[in-house]
Amino acid sequence: MSIFACQNLTKRYGKLTALDNIDLELESGRIVGLLGPNGSGKTTLIKLANRLLQPTSGSILIDGKAPGVATKKSIAYLPDKEYLPDWMNTRQLMHFYGDFYDDFDPRRASVMLSSLDIPSDMVLKKMSKGTREKVQLILTMSRRAKVYLLDEPIAGVDPAARDYILRTIIQNYEENSLVLISTHLIADVESVLDEAVFLKQGHIVLHKPADEIRTETGKSVDEYFREVFRC
Amino acid sequence: MEWEFKSGAPIYQQIVLAIKFRIANGTYPPGSKFPAVRELALEAGVNPNTMQRALAELEREGLLMTVRTSGRLVTGSEERLRTLRMELGNSVIGEMFINLRRLGLSDEEIVEAVRNWRQEAGEKGNLPQDDVSVIAGTPAAVKEG
Repeated sequence: MSIFACQNLTKRYGKLTALDNIDLELESGRIVGLLGPNGSGKTTLIKLANRLLQPTSGSILIDGKAPGVATKKSIAYLPDKEYLPDWMNTRQLMHFYGDFYDDFDPRRASVMLSSLDIPSDMVLKKMSKGTREKVQLILTMSRRAKVYLLDEPIAGVDPAARDYILRTIIQNYEENSLVLISTHLIADVESVLDEAVFLKQGHIVLHKPADEIRTETGKSVDEYFREVFRC
Repeated sequence: MEWEFKSGAPIYQQIVLAIKFRIANGTYPPGSKFPAVRELALEAGVNPNTMQRALAELEREGLLMTVRTSGRLVTGSEERLRTLRMELGNSVIGEMFINLRRLGLSDEEIVEAVRNWRQEAGEKGNLPQDDVSVIAGTPAAVKEG
């Protein structure tokens, strides 16, 4: 059974249909790109998987279960906004994460955090935006989760930080888990993807192995994306 | 060494080719221990599954082998390395011919240009020895033709 399965999944906000009757199955052990322009439904899908939203109709199952308390134990979620208490320093944040999640590995987190050279008493709000994003990602990737849902992990940071973030993902994800990365910056993530899912106005217009896209179209995933979504 | 990927071709195939060049030129010496999948994936900035697929292909072609106690090793077979160098050399030559034919040179002119170029470069004592890209680009041969 797929670790991530949507069936006839629809989400409407009033008159606006954000996701329109989508079917999607994702397997463990893959890094999947959820790719689409702004407003295509990426964040809505990820929020549905985390039960921050409820489907209008249809179903979404994580490891066979509807999103809820049980699935939160197995999903490591990186929201697209800053969500951590900004008065905490990294030591406090590690305790915070350790209290919430049984699968949090403090050793892994402290090794990565120490490589950032942040003073241990510096609170989150004093850090630069790029550093805050790295800290959030490190905490997320330090969980030994079955599913990692990363909503725009590389938006708004400089290219060196992007590189750092992608390497952190490759280095730390559990081999038998699913990593779903939502982004519109395809060129930056393309080399780490097993599969690409193209989302366009609430519809899935393509779901294929990244190397298959490159072979069949003779283009990079990024170039093909620009063609599919040309304005 | 930097890893760069072109658009259009599958990444695992580009990795296979890049590693072949590195085995041929001794970056990964014959019989040496080959880096672990995740380590290499990290270095190249690619998905570990993609790297695994590339290494499986190199194993299939007899360039890498898995030894139960010591992990993955680069082949120590001189014969296999020689055929590898010939294979890579042929692909470079093939590419050169395609490029020069596009310029309108006949095959005879290309062969002659190669001979002239080698003679001239050899006399000047600056015959490139390990920079494959210089050979592939053949700037001097183009000028001669």
